[in-house]
Order: sequence, then structure tokens, then C-alpha cells
Amino acid sequence: MSGILASMIDGVLVGAVYGLAAMGLSLIWGVMDVINLTHGSMIALGMFCMYLLFAAVHINAYVLLLPTIGFGLIIGLVVYWMAVHWVVGRSMLMSLLSTFAVNMMVIGIGTAIWSTSPYNVNFLLPGITIGAYTFTGNHIAAAVSAVVIALALQFFLYRTRTGKAIRAVADNRDAAELMGISSTAVLSIAFAIGIALACTSGALVSTLFPFTILSGGVYQLKSFVVTILAGLGKPFGALVAGVLLGLLEGVVTPFIAVSWIPLIEFGLFVVVLVAFPQGIFGKRATA
Amino acid sequence: MILRRPFFWIILLVAAGFIYAPLHGNNVSLREDLILIAIAIILASNLNLMIGYTGYVNFGHIVFYGLGGYVGLYLTTMRGWNLVLSALVAGAVVSFCAFLFGLAILRLRGAYFALATIGILQAVQAFVSNFDPWGRSTGMYLSFESYRPLGGARHALWITYYLIVAVMALSMIVSLTIKNSKFGLGLFAIREDEDAAVVLGVNATVYKAIVYSVSAFLPAVAGALMFFKNGMIDPSIAFEYMLSLEGIVMLMLGGQGSVIGAALGGALYEKLRSYLLTSPVLSNFHLVIAGGLLLLVVLFAPGGLIGWLYRLVPRARKVIE
Repeated sequence: MSGILASMIDGVLVGAVYGLAAMGLSLIWGVMDVINLTHGSMIALGMFCMYLLFAAVHINAYVLLLPTIGFGLIIGLVVYWMAVHWVVGRSMLMSLLSTFAVNMMVIGIGTAIWSTSPYNVNFLLPGITIGAYTFTGNHIAAAVSAVVIALALQFFLYRTRTGKAIRAVADNRDAAELMGISSTAVLSIAFAIGIALACTSGALVSTLFPFTILSGGVYQLKSFVVTILAGLGKPFGALVAGVLLGLLEGVVTPFIAVSWIPLIEFGLFVVVLVAFPQGIFGKRATA
Repeated sequence: MILRRPFFWIILLVAAGFIYAPLHGNNVSLREDLILIAIAIILASNLNLMIGYTGYVNFGHIVFYGLGGYVGLYLTTMRGWNLVLSALVAGAVVSFCAFLFGLAILRLRGAYFALATIGILQAVQAFVSNFDPWGRSTGMYLSFESYRPLGGARHALWITYYLIVAVMALSMIVSLTIKNSKFGLGLFAIREDEDAAVVLGVNATVYKAIVYSVSAFLPAVAGALMFFKNGMIDPSIAFEYMLSLEGIVMLMLGGQGSVIGAALGGALYEKLRSYLLTSPVLSNFHLVIAGGLLLLVVLFAPGGLIGWLYRLVPRARKVIE
């Protein structure tokens, strides 16, 4: 019994990281109505960014999150001006395909540089032992970092001028323009933040598990599940839903093989989409 | 009548060319090139039914091909069925599954559906990798016995080639027939404005489920034939995500919504890919180039090659569909 409990706690810790990844997806989706299919490859870039930084300077990996955030913001701006700006407001098909094209390019370049063999970040924090179970320091530190970053984003969106502008554009782009907000600037900032969140969560994952350039795909699927669970444009809801998903994984992993997990997650995804199209925390549809 | 369409005869001519060219001089390497092109055309044409006609992106189209391959190989190897029959049964089974599944997930609109298709691919792959009768992640091998009813391996490969070319021609004919039917008009209406289509009496959920299952049938048959020819199957080959993605590139490159566009894009992209894969410098970058190509098409020429041709020669619409 206590084994399940330990597995659940572990699930919750990892779930906070899933939540952080999903926040990035949810922010972009909510603000500009673009489903960002570069998400998985950006998570993978975050992993490799952390790997390279850690290989270059052997300091505490969690300090290296700061440069990773900066890296994510820059990449986000590049991708925005390369592929997203031109398709915002056009049909969903176009934005799906253009972000997807960038995804292919990033994965292609990544595969050429790093092949698809696994890498890991060799950094261990001392863990906490309770009874027969040890929670590794990395899991705890990753979860704490995820929650801190999520809170910082929440503060940014609700307490700063730029953050309020982002929410205004998400609500009604035309009205926001009339109030003198430059929606192009706001969209590019929001997109960059979304990518930075994806990179950061990838960097956090890289301190927990081994990864390849293709690992992002798994977390992209989880992010979709979490975003759908939380409902669109609710970044903090995404964190909570991420923890829920982690908890679910923690509950089921002692009983079934890990390779079945995509099937379960996908089942959950479809059930939630069909039963709660507005998300579990969302308001009921009015139309 | 479809027989009066000039394009119908063009399709038959192309198929005849596909059959004649390698037969002339028993050119096996040409046959292997053409078979890949035929598969690309089959995948792109059927994907066109979803993306081009109905406006729904299917990122997991390869699932039909892979599942068809599995069902087909299972029937020919484990049950000793005849090739044509097992390919048809594979198509029917996969198509029926797609219909049931479509009824459930096609209630989702646009982008949500696209996300669900990514999930389907991963879920089916997870399922097959854990499914004992199909050899889990090691897959299945064809026993050499299975070639005997077709007159030995050498003969059997030629027969599968003819069958694949037939499936290719059929894919284009199906696309053409749907395009010129009332059903096709319903799909176009859904693409332009789903709510308006529903108001005008198009039963959108059923239409979408039907087109989803139709777009599953021929790829599944082709999968059954192709994996019979290859003699083995495993989950990573059968459900190759990249091939699924490249199908979308082919379609966008040629021109979505057009029968010849899908076929042309499939053929051109397949040629380009085999060139890139064999070139020592570029082989690592074929995904980058494919991605760049897709981005350029999406941003600058959403109609693809055929859209560009239509703008150049408006009369071409009459002959080239």
C-alpha cells in the first residue's frame, strides 16, 4: 500500500513538470488561437540546451534553468517571425501545418547533430528517505522549480502591464488594438513565453530521465491531454491538471507495463474532449 | 458519368505506363522505384479526401497502412489465406474500425480532431507493440510458404506490384468519383463552413465518418500488399510517424483538394526523397528540406503546384481535376 503512495507522490512531482510544459501550449493556444505543433521539438531543444550547458559548466543544474529560459525566449521569437506571424488569423489548417513544418525542421537538424541515441544530464541532488522509500532530490527540485515558474507566470499575467495586455489580446484582439495595444508585439511576446516554458520543462525533464531528440513527442501528447483537461487559456489550471495526470500515472504504473501508458492517456484525452469540450475547469459551453 | 471525364482516361494511361515500363526488359530496380511512388500516390490521394476535400487534418493517416499490413500479414501467414482475399479483408476490417472510431472522434471540430489523430497513432502503436498474437515489438515474418500459391517468390513480387498499381489507379478514381458526386459536394460544404452545411441538411457527423473510413480502405489494402512483398512487419516500420507527416508534405506540395495534385505531389516528393536519402551530403537533412518545403508552400502557395497551374492557365481546371 505504501508502495502505491510513494509512486503517487513521485507521480505528483513529475506531474508538476507536465503541467509546466502544458502551460506553454495553453498560453499560445489561448492567446493567438494557434495550436503549436513545434511544442514537442521545443521541449527536446530545452533538454539538449540543458545538456550542453551542464557539460560546459558543471554547476547546479537548476541554476542553469535561467539561461534556458533566455534561450527559449530567443528561439520563440525566431519561430514566431519565421512561421507563425503570417498565419495568425488564417485558417487553423495553415497554422497547424506551418508550426508542424518547423517541427520537422528542428527534429531533422537535431537528428543530424545528436542522432536518436539517448543522452542524460549527470547531476544528482541528495534525496529524502521516508521509511523504505527514497524520493530523489532531482524530482523534488524539478517540481519546486516548476511551481515557482508557474507562479511567476501567474504574477506576470495578472500583475504587470504586459501581462494584462496579453490577456486583453486573448480576450478580444480588436478591442485591445483600439485601446492602443500593439497586438503584434503582444503576440510575439506571448509566443516567446510559451516556447520558453516548453524549453524549461524540457530542461527539467532532462534532469529526471534519459532523453533523445524524439522524446519531445511523448511530452507533447501529455501536454495536449493536460491542456484539454484544464480548458484553454487557463495556464494555472494547466499546472493543476498536469499534477492530476502525474498522479494518475503514479497510480497505474505499479499495476501495468509502462508501454501501455500512451493508450491510457489517449483514452483519457478522447473521453475528456468528447465529454467536457470546455475542460474540466472550464465554463460550460453556451453556444 | 465518370467515363466521359478526360481525367479518368489519363489515370488509366498512367497506370498502364506503370505496368508497361518495368515489364519492358524485366527491369526490377525500376519496379522498386515505381512501387514506392505508387505507395506515395496512394497515401497522398486518400489523405486528400480528408485534408483537401473535408478540411480535416489527419496526422495519423499511416495508421491505416500499418494496421492493414498487420491484418494482411496475419491472415496470409498465420491463417494461410490467399493474398488478394486477405488484402481485401484487411481493408474492410481497418475501414470498419475507422468508421466506428470516426463516429466517436469526428464530433470533434477542426483542430481538436487533428490532435486526436496524433493520439490515435501513438495509441495504436502502443497497443500493437503490446499485442501478443502479432509478435509485440518484434513483429511478424512471412513464411516462405506463402509465396508458393503465387508461383514462387519471383512471380509473387510481380503480382503484388500489379496489385499495388491497381490500388493506385483505384485511389485516384475514387478521389475523382467523390469529387464529382453529391457526397463530395457535401464534403466541400463541410470544408467551407461546417455550421452552414449542417443547416443546409448535410449530416456532417455521418459524412465525416464515411469519408474517414473510405480514406482508410485503400491505404490498408496497400499496406497488406506492401508488407506481404517486404515479408516482415514490426510496429516501428508499420506506424512510421515520419511517413505519415511526409504524406501531408506531398499533398500540400502537389495541391490539396485536387486529384492530380495529390498524385503529382506524391510522385515528386518520393523522387526527391530517394534522391536526398542516397546523396551522401544531404541524407541527414531530408526532414529539414521536407519541412522547409512545407513551410514555403503553406506561407506562399497554399494551393500547391496545381493551384499555381490553375492561376496560370485557368482552362486547365476542365481537364486536370
